[in-house]
Amino acid sequence: MSEQAVAAPKHEHDAHHEELGFWRKYIFSTDHKVIGIQYAVTGLLFLLFGFSLMMLMRWQLAYPGAALPLIGNLFGEARMPGGSMLPEFYNELGAMHGTIMVFLGVVPLAVGGFGNFVLPLQIGAPDMAFPKINMASYWCLFLGGMTMLGSFLVPGGAAQSGWTSYAPLSVIAGTGQTWWLIGMIFLITSSLLGAVNFLTTTIQLRAKGLTFMRFPFFVWSQFVTSFLLLLAFPPLEAAGVMQLMDRVAGTSFFLPSGLVVSGQVLANAGGGNAVLWQHLFWFLAHPEVYVLILPAMGIVAEIIANNTRKPLWGYRSMVYALIFLGFMSFIVWAHHMFMTGMGTTMAAFFQTTTMIISIPSVVILTALIVSLWGGSIRFNTPMLFAVSFLPMFGIGGLTGLPLGLNISDIPLHDTYYVIAHFHYVVAPGTIFALFAGIYYWYPKATGRKMSETLGKIHWIGSLVCMNVVFMPMFIVGLAGVSRRLFDAGSGYDFAQGTMHWNAVSSWGAWIMGLFQIPFIFNFFYSIRNGEKAEGNVWQATTIEWSAPSPPPHGNFAIPPQAYRGPYEYSVPGSDKDFTPQFEA
Amino acid sequence: MDIPYTVAVRRDTGLNNGKIGIWLFLASEVMLFGALFASYILIRTGSPNWPRGDTVLDYRLATFNTIVLITSSVTMVMAWASLMRRKFGTFRIYMAATVLLGGVFLVVKYFEYSHHLHLGEYPSHSNFFAIYYTLTGLHMLHVFGGMVVNAYFWGPGAKLWEKNPVWFTNRVEHSGLFWHFVDLVWIFLFPTLYLL
Repeated sequence: MSEQAVAAPKHEHDAHHEELGFWRKYIFSTDHKVIGIQYAVTGLLFLLFGFSLMMLMRWQLAYPGAALPLIGNLFGEARMPGGSMLPEFYNELGAMHGTIMVFLGVVPLAVGGFGNFVLPLQIGAPDMAFPKINMASYWCLFLGGMTMLGSFLVPGGAAQSGWTSYAPLSVIAGTGQTWWLIGMIFLITSSLLGAVNFLTTTIQLRAKGLTFMRFPFFVWSQFVTSFLLLLAFPPLEAAGVMQLMDRVAGTSFFLPSGLVVSGQVLANAGGGNAVLWQHLFWFLAHPEVYVLILPAMGIVAEIIANNTRKPLWGYRSMVYALIFLGFMSFIVWAHHMFMTGMGTTMAAFFQTTTMIISIPSVVILTALIVSLWGGSIRFNTPMLFAVSFLPMFGIGGLTGLPLGLNISDIPLHDTYYVIAHFHYVVAPGTIFALFAGIYYWYPKATGRKMSETLGKIHWIGSLVCMNVVFMPMFIVGLAGVSRRLFDAGSGYDFAQGTMHWNAVSSWGAWIMGLFQIPFIFNFFYSIRNGEKAEGNVWQATTIEWSAPSPPPHGNFAIPPQAYRGPYEYSVPGSDKDFTPQFEA
Repeated sequence: MDIPYTVAVRRDTGLNNGKIGIWLFLASEVMLFGALFASYILIRTGSPNWPRGDTVLDYRLATFNTIVLITSSVTMVMAWASLMRRKFGTFRIYMAATVLLGGVFLVVKYFEYSHHLHLGEYPSHSNFFAIYYTLTGLHMLHVFGGMVVNAYFWGPGAKLWEKNPVWFTNRVEHSGLFWHFVDLVWIFLFPTLYLL
């Protein structure tokens, strides 16, 4: 009833929106597709920037103290005198690499980019439920990103207390940390607005007949992710406000009494609790790990179903596992804090919940692997990236188990082993899934395919280099080298046996940087010169492929309907090997 | 282009978009204040000498402010109810009262803050005052935000009443949900800070 009432005035509006000027159409747009692309491009640029910070750090780690040739002098005497890196600058790079990759790279791309672009199309909606709030959330992210970038230029440089900003170090740190906090408040606001919008859109604007159990797995993954963002981010906002108070108004939320800094007792009220910051931080940051991985799983599930030409194996189990994962992710945070002396009872609780949360992850991964069984697999670029996600995420997940157990975490805590573990989850895991998603939905956004040849070069180069970068870190970490050392531990005896692995990792990272060039070229070149791909180019079943490519403002000429589940591939007795959700 | 269910109710959820949106937003607000209350508990239990609220703060002013906020919640409901009964004139009166009562709250808060600052009780004075200023300050920002939105619906936003009265009524209802939430936060803040 109300659908008709809404559909009626549509035509006049369609004619009207063509008149939008450049600024309203491409910059301050309220169209979810434009905003999605804005998010995605911003995310990709920040991923590149964050990766560049890391490539700089890798020089210092491979050749501690050596002058960086060619570009070393560009960073100035305050950062790299004579081209060799100061510890303070190394700390800046480290803190900002983590912050940028997580909050400005992966989340904007995975949630803001793919969520905005794909989710409304996949549920058959004309746009997001709150288009203006959607625009506001992008511009909050933009302001947050600019604040973070700007912090490199303030006296004393950007934040240096790690992406975790542990107190009390972060409270007594330089001005960059204040900028970091203000930037984070923008980013948190952006995510909160986005989460409200995604949830409302999913609940309210799904097409007729699209019940929750007919959702593509990607929609489910974004749905659960949005709940995590909505409920986990505010405590970090509270913590950020308190740290800001500590830094600006001189309070002592995170400063214990009698804190000695540079040989002098700090003149402050004291009585604060440094571990409180860690609790509030990880209350966000552990769900945040799932914010990073769940959209990736959603993308991989779409691409695997599409390219094996089979229904996903165990769709329902995957959905239940996903929901359970979402709930559990709120009660595992203190497994990051086994070294704080919080007591064995707490540790026992959190290691138990951590072991439990690995079960739904394994359910999803297993279902995805079993989905490959007996399929006539098409190995195109999206599929290659999606399939590589499985073993890479598997390595990342399994190496996490020793970290989740109190007793084996203690020797491994804060070593390169941890770095290797979570980078296997996030870098060759999530980022590979994001690449897969870009190759897969690129035709939807532009009407053209990206080059397969360049895509395959990008894939094989990235896959090999990722492992060259991160596999050695397990060895370095097991030798006990701390992740925070600016000279890779060259001053310690126990680190000597593994020093040469650092150079291996570094060269892997730099060569991997080169292998991103085909991708960047491909991304821009194919906008105009890619193979034309209008309509349902991958012979997919989900609703986004019923819209034209690229979809116009408002997406669908006639509101689509869902007649069946999302993955009706190779239905016996059907004349083609896919039966779209949107065909009666 | 129009977004479905902006005004009308979707039949299977029984809600319009705005109402889901505001409730989800309030859920995140619960987590925000929840984290601050949790921090308060942790810091207070770890402190050897935490003052009782009524020995440092003026609970009489706070009691007055509690009454002011509760009254403003009532006028907020009345504003919405007037719209439901299609009485736009009454709506304006009640909405103005709501905004003004919010203003009274802020003025009382101003005297309270300046009194403490005058005594040298800055946020850095002790963790009691640290959490006092943080919690009440954040709450005050919420009061101010609610006032801005309500003033908008009293003034320029009220044009929507002519074009789409149902939509306008919904908006006032959603703004009211936020206002009641802000009121509710104060109901928790008041005993926690001023009495316990």
